[in-house]
Amino acid sequence: MNQLALGEAAPPCAPLTAQDYKSNYKPIWCPGCGDYTVLSSITKALAALQLRPEKVAVVSGIGCSSRIPAYTACYGFHGVHGRSLAAATGLKVARPDLTVLVASGDGDGYSIGGNHFLHACRRNVDLTYIVMDNHVYGMTKGQPSPTTEPDWDSKLAPGGTGLRSFHPLVIALASGANFVARAFSGDPNGTADILARAIRHPGFSFVEILSPCVTFRPEQRGWKERVHGAPVEATDDPARAARRIMTDDGFNLGVLYAGDRPAFPGPARAASASIADIEAEFAP
Amino acid sequence: MELASTREPAARPAASGPEPPRPGGSISIALAGSGGSGVMTAGNLLLDAAARAGLYGLMVRTSGPQIRGGEAAALLRLATVPTESLDDGFDLLLALDWQNVNRFADEIPLRASGLLLGDADEGEPPPVFLAGGARFVSLPLKKTAKAIRGAWTNMVALGVAGRLAGIPAQALEAAVQASWKRDAAGLEANLQALRAGFEAGGAVEAGHGAPALAPASATQGTTPGAAPGTASADRWLLSGNEGAGLGALRGGIRFVAAYPITPATEMLEWLAPALTRVGGTLLQAEDELASINMAIGASFGGVPSLTATAGPGLSLMAEGIGLAVSAEVPVVIVDVMRGGPSTGIPAKSEQSDLSFAVDGLHGDAPRLVLAPTSITDCVATTQWAVELAEATQAPAIVLSDQFMGQSRAIVDRPPDPGFAARRLVAEADAPDFRRYRNTESGVSPMAIPGTPGTVYTADGLEKTEAGIPSSQARDHSLQLDKRERKLRQHDYGRWWADLEGSGDAAILTFGSVTGVAREALARLAAQGIALRLVALRLLAPALPEQLAEALAGVERVLVVEQNHSAQLFRYLRAMHDLPGRPASFHRPGPLPIRPGELADAIIEWRSR
Ligand SMILES: Cc1ncc(C[n+]2csc(CCOP(=O)(O)OP(=O)(O)O)c2C)c(N)n1
Ligand code: SF4
Repeated sequence: MNQLALGEAAPPCAPLTAQDYKSNYKPIWCPGCGDYTVLSSITKALAALQLRPEKVAVVSGIGCSSRIPAYTACYGFHGVHGRSLAAATGLKVARPDLTVLVASGDGDGYSIGGNHFLHACRRNVDLTYIVMDNHVYGMTKGQPSPTTEPDWDSKLAPGGTGLRSFHPLVIALASGANFVARAFSGDPNGTADILARAIRHPGFSFVEILSPCVTFRPEQRGWKERVHGAPVEATDDPARAARRIMTDDGFNLGVLYAGDRPAFPGPARAASASIADIEAEFAP
Repeated sequence: MELASTREPAARPAASGPEPPRPGGSISIALAGSGGSGVMTAGNLLLDAAARAGLYGLMVRTSGPQIRGGEAAALLRLATVPTESLDDGFDLLLALDWQNVNRFADEIPLRASGLLLGDADEGEPPPVFLAGGARFVSLPLKKTAKAIRGAWTNMVALGVAGRLAGIPAQALEAAVQASWKRDAAGLEANLQALRAGFEAGGAVEAGHGAPALAPASATQGTTPGAAPGTASADRWLLSGNEGAGLGALRGGIRFVAAYPITPATEMLEWLAPALTRVGGTLLQAEDELASINMAIGASFGGVPSLTATAGPGLSLMAEGIGLAVSAEVPVVIVDVMRGGPSTGIPAKSEQSDLSFAVDGLHGDAPRLVLAPTSITDCVATTQWAVELAEATQAPAIVLSDQFMGQSRAIVDRPPDPGFAARRLVAEADAPDFRRYRNTESGVSPMAIPGTPGTVYTADGLEKTEAGIPSSQARDHSLQLDKRERKLRQHDYGRWWADLEGSGDAAILTFGSVTGVAREALARLAAQGIALRLVALRLLAPALPEQLAEALAGVERVLVVEQNHSAQLFRYLRAMHDLPGRPASFHRPGPLPIRPGELADAIIEWRSR
């Protein structure tokens, strides 16, 4: 639980609205891109939690989706491709008082950043990891990503990759994520609700947001007809959650797993020694 | 260009011939054995005892490519004055067994007056060590240990070596006692073994003339106020890796993320508990890409941060270091250099990451590169690196190396020069806040998350002064210029180099080779040959004016370094107008450059 951040949230006067979490910069996504509504879901979730914007940091790598930090009125860190979870881990461990969100794409998060994904789940630092999954590399103009269907035809993989697509939710569960959910950018209220729950949940929370790339995967506009709510409530049994996720159709939305592993690194420890104490140990 | 290349290490340098004067007097002892024989423990205890007896000294660890197991040797030099370099030859080689000991033939050249000690029960001694005139003396090391229940052979060896080095029994016993706190029975047995060895050493002394082994002018227990066998709080036992860790703490580092790699790991192992004790955190990252990005993330959060690695890890960090340059996030990277390229020679020293450190990032990416000039200086240089990184909001690479990092020395307590992290931070609600504002110094106040009214996004993309991504030519040149200017304009004071000596010829060097150069120059000075020494502590940014001033009146320079391609020589030639016909003395590792080898090279260079 973001005890510190929530504790300090007392609004000075009028409650903050979603607008208060938006920066003045106009997003430069393609018209119709799913990432617009992901941005508004994030600002809605922050307003729901009434977190002071300066006490929130949004960290990202590189990709269309990774542009999110500058569009919020929070502190932002727009680093290098694939390393957002590492930067966010350092930030949160060094500054446990901040609420840290991580924004990523499926290429950024699962391909170049795949190893960090596994270890962030394992490490269970109190982060909220938001992956805008469009099953394609948007920014570099339409190459297959780890979640792309095997037969999707592209310039870089004519006739399809022939590779089985990656299953991020199950991988997150198996690696130890403490909270696993799926959302859809076309449902900003539902997504904001899931994000608020993810932020509040202690430990590593992973939210996959299906977010269409209308430019390179125009057929993804049809996702709004395919999505449906989770038929049952979240479970705290990873095996049950994994089974459910493995057998669903990939469009099943909601919180799918909420565990209770304690977050890393636990409460900050106060200094127990001075540097002089440590130096004294060098004398023979 | 004149390249006085000695690419091939001189074979078994100076094992015979007239012995050069040894300033202050020192004795060189090697303890060798197969991995697990306890030679490193014995070596460490010998060094500890020497410190208690008021001596200075150095212990270099060496082993085969396997890191664990196989052959291992502890190379010690004990002296009456601080010493930062191995000597040309060894007075004593004590082998616990002969297994693969001849692999050390190049590393442990025995003097003509030297002694080879070992167990005759282990078979014939390797003749390679006796070729230069050294004598073999057989000792029943194993039998002696076996006769005492629970005793170890290496403690017998410690007794022998300690006696022959002239260390009082009291100091040896105190060292053994301090290391054996938990097991009273074990301690008693091994003290017995130590005493048996000490006695055996006395017999060797009587029969073979130990005075040849005694340091020329050593008087034991000379530390003011310290009786033999008493530890002096003003003397420390310190490795370069620990020194760099301590410098980081003193400078204010409170977050470290790193991935283990030889020979940097001990720095992390020292830091992990130490950081926790001062309220900081160390994370073992999943790889070096994570390490550098974690450190940058923590520093973005306002906490001074560091990562440590060696060559292969530094390569993996390159993109992250560039991010720190562009986003203007302070971070310190300690690179403990080893032989390369690729995984190269992990546990042996070289100075071959210099080119990568000063030039190896994509784009125009100004960064700080520093190098400690000794084990003691690992403390101050790392501490300074923290201050510089924080003050300039840039990455600082500290080029340590295996020789400094993994060697332990008896040193005077390193003074605290007071370098500390002082970051220019934006105040809450700063009017017209622009994170990347083009100030006169090039340094702009950095807003720390949590501060109201100054939110911004740190970015690796090129940006406007407000931090908005931009591909405009004007923004790019403005930011490139700002990032370069803030490093060039910083006042580095007198710390940029160690300047010593006088004369119209100068030796330029950096890193652990500085200790070798100091000793070579001292020997030459004793022969009436005066030279200047410039040991560069700040390698980037280059300071052409300061170097020109330091070289005023100098007619010729010789650049000395331990790598195959003369990286410092080429870098200095590119960045400075070196006087006269600059020459280079360079050869790769892993054999350390010896003071005599360098002194000979300098004499040869002067005659050209
Ligand atoms: C080290 C590195 N390799 C490659 C790139 C090029 N690159 C930029 S974004 C991107 C993929 C982004 O795809 P995704 O994460 O799915 O995000 P989207 O644009 O679809 O939101 C790639 C390969 C890079 N910036 N850095
Ligand atoms: S390319 Fe795709 S992902 Fe990128 S902005 Fe356009 S629609 Fe969105």
